[in-house]
Amino acid sequence: MPDIVLLGINHKTAPVEIRECIAFSQDESALALQTLHRMPFIDEVILFSTCNRVEVLFVTQNTSAAIAETKKFIADFNKIPVEKFENALYVHVDDEAVRHVFRVASSLDSMLVGEPQILGQIKDAYRTATSLKTSGVILNRLLHRTFFVAKRIRSETGIGDRAVSISYAAVELGKKIFGTLNKKKVLLIGAGEMAELAVEHLIRNKVGDILVANRTFETGVKLAKEFNGKAIRFEEIRDCLKFVDIIISSTGAADFIITRDHVKGVIRTRRNRPIFFIDIAVPRDIDPAVNWLTNSYVYDIDDLKGVIDENIEDRQREAVKGERIVDEAVIRFREWYDGLDVVPTITALRKKLESIAETEFKKTLQSNKISGQGAEAIRKMTSSIINKILHDPTVFLKKDGMHDNKSLFVDTVRKLFKLDSN
Amino acid sequence: MDSVNTLTLFLYILSTAGYIAYLFLQKAYLQRIGYALLFVGFLFHTLTIGYGFVESDHIPVGNLRETLCMAGWAVAGVFLIIQYRYNIKILGIYAAPFIAFTMVIVAQLPDEPTQTQTIFKSVWLISHVIVIFIGEAAFALACGIGLLYLLQENAIKTKRHRFFFKRLPSLDLLDTVGYACIVVGFTMLTLGLITGFVYAKSIWGRFWSWDPKEVWSGITWLFYAALLHERLAVGWRGRRSAIMAIIGFGVLVFTFLGVNLLLEGHHKDFTKV
Repeated sequence: MPDIVLLGINHKTAPVEIRECIAFSQDESALALQTLHRMPFIDEVILFSTCNRVEVLFVTQNTSAAIAETKKFIADFNKIPVEKFENALYVHVDDEAVRHVFRVASSLDSMLVGEPQILGQIKDAYRTATSLKTSGVILNRLLHRTFFVAKRIRSETGIGDRAVSISYAAVELGKKIFGTLNKKKVLLIGAGEMAELAVEHLIRNKVGDILVANRTFETGVKLAKEFNGKAIRFEEIRDCLKFVDIIISSTGAADFIITRDHVKGVIRTRRNRPIFFIDIAVPRDIDPAVNWLTNSYVYDIDDLKGVIDENIEDRQREAVKGERIVDEAVIRFREWYDGLDVVPTITALRKKLESIAETEFKKTLQSNKISGQGAEAIRKMTSSIINKILHDPTVFLKKDGMHDNKSLFVDTVRKLFKLDSN
Repeated sequence: MDSVNTLTLFLYILSTAGYIAYLFLQKAYLQRIGYALLFVGFLFHTLTIGYGFVESDHIPVGNLRETLCMAGWAVAGVFLIIQYRYNIKILGIYAAPFIAFTMVIVAQLPDEPTQTQTIFKSVWLISHVIVIFIGEAAFALACGIGLLYLLQENAIKTKRHRFFFKRLPSLDLLDTVGYACIVVGFTMLTLGLITGFVYAKSIWGRFWSWDPKEVWSGITWLFYAALLHERLAVGWRGRRSAIMAIIGFGVLVFTFLGVNLLLEGHHKDFTKV
């Protein structure tokens, strides 16, 4: 039986200086895959490389030689000595390799548990491998199981449910206040990557008008154009409080831009409609006392970080459920994998034929009322037919020197005769 | 009829268990089960009340037991409609225990036959009772929604996003449904007072007789009228509206039970133990 081996480094075992040295770009991956696949001990291979991990997954008949070859290949390909990354390298074999692939794809092994990108990256890596035909029966099956497991974990646990970025957390909060963000008016004060990202998320949630206020009016106009919004002058902010619903503030101002009195003054004009302030600036732009006015809510950067931390804890709790699903899947895969061995396959095939023969034998006896010697002769005949039929396939499967494709043929036989009930 | 009563109570308690499980486990099917159980319980409940009506030939509010039984029935009915209309799943966590608790008390009270007075057989009285009970049920739910609103608002303001934040819907939905309950409750209460006046006129020859129950009903009506006025005039909503709904329900409970138990008056019979 060949071994499934996984060899790699990730953000937990290696610092970015090492990871960036041995990362493979899209084009490099293709080349590397083909080179690896041509190596004598490697039957099937898949390579995935992201900014947080580089992993080589292969099927081999000679585990130690294949591992050594692969290490050397990584060193040569990236032109760095093996010693430099060897300590950061982990090697998993068989069940552990399978478990690792399942965990990585389900984002249980990610830096941010539950992040959704990793599955797509693995799908891409697999597509590259299939197009170059470097994956075979075993890895194809393994990867299909992997996608299934990852999907199941995502739908059955809350691993990806809650926001873990500042801008998403702000949108989630907005929904808890307003129900829907549809048609809500947004005011962006200042600029900055995080604030602009938050506005983009809001736009995706179909908010209404977007106003942009900036100390330099020209910058505001430019930014407003990006969001299809309208620029206002900095002095107009107080007037805007009368009708906007969500305010995102991110300026470099030393003092509060919006104070408690500003907001208190507009509550009546607003007819008590809720107002939500997202203060991303440090030092803060919004007086925290505003939070204690009726129907006004203020979240500053630390509050949002607190929300995110709680959400990350939640995800980690959900990850425990994910591990259970992975355990289950590893066992299921192991069952299939064991079936790929020649002997159990031949036994299963014989059993299947014998059970068919037995049924037909009984039917024939009954309908033709045969008994005694006649029946004995028919039984002998059926069993010798089975032996004759099985002879050539058995010799073929047991023949030495067809190692390369053994799992393919075994798998084909199992499929042709439907030996796996599921 | 006793076995049907027990079955009804049993269904309400099961529904409560379903909603509590839903609160903790957050599985949608638990909520659906809780809702279905409550619905079936309500059907049996309707059967009991209808039977009582036919049997005694007057609306069964002759003693405290019957009155509370009617109140539980009204809350169940209004809850089923509100839940259906607004799909505010978590409300069951308030309504189901509320109904079950009321019915547990009903089961504890002695079931004495009531003497029928001829003055109880009037269309005005029947509509007065039904309309008032529906209105009071709506106010009871408004109070529950107010409590949920305060919990959720507190979670958002204090930035502690633990248990309730995840389980409760948005402030906007809670506020909208709470407002709807108050509007329904107020409309019904108004109609109830009008039918009451007409009935009083036909029996005692005057619309208003300064009976304590009448006085407190008037106070309750004014309270909710003030709440609605503030909302329409200056947009009172959210926290204040929620607090008012809770206090209002307190006043209402006093009008409903306290007046009868503590003060004298011609509504006394309805809460006779």
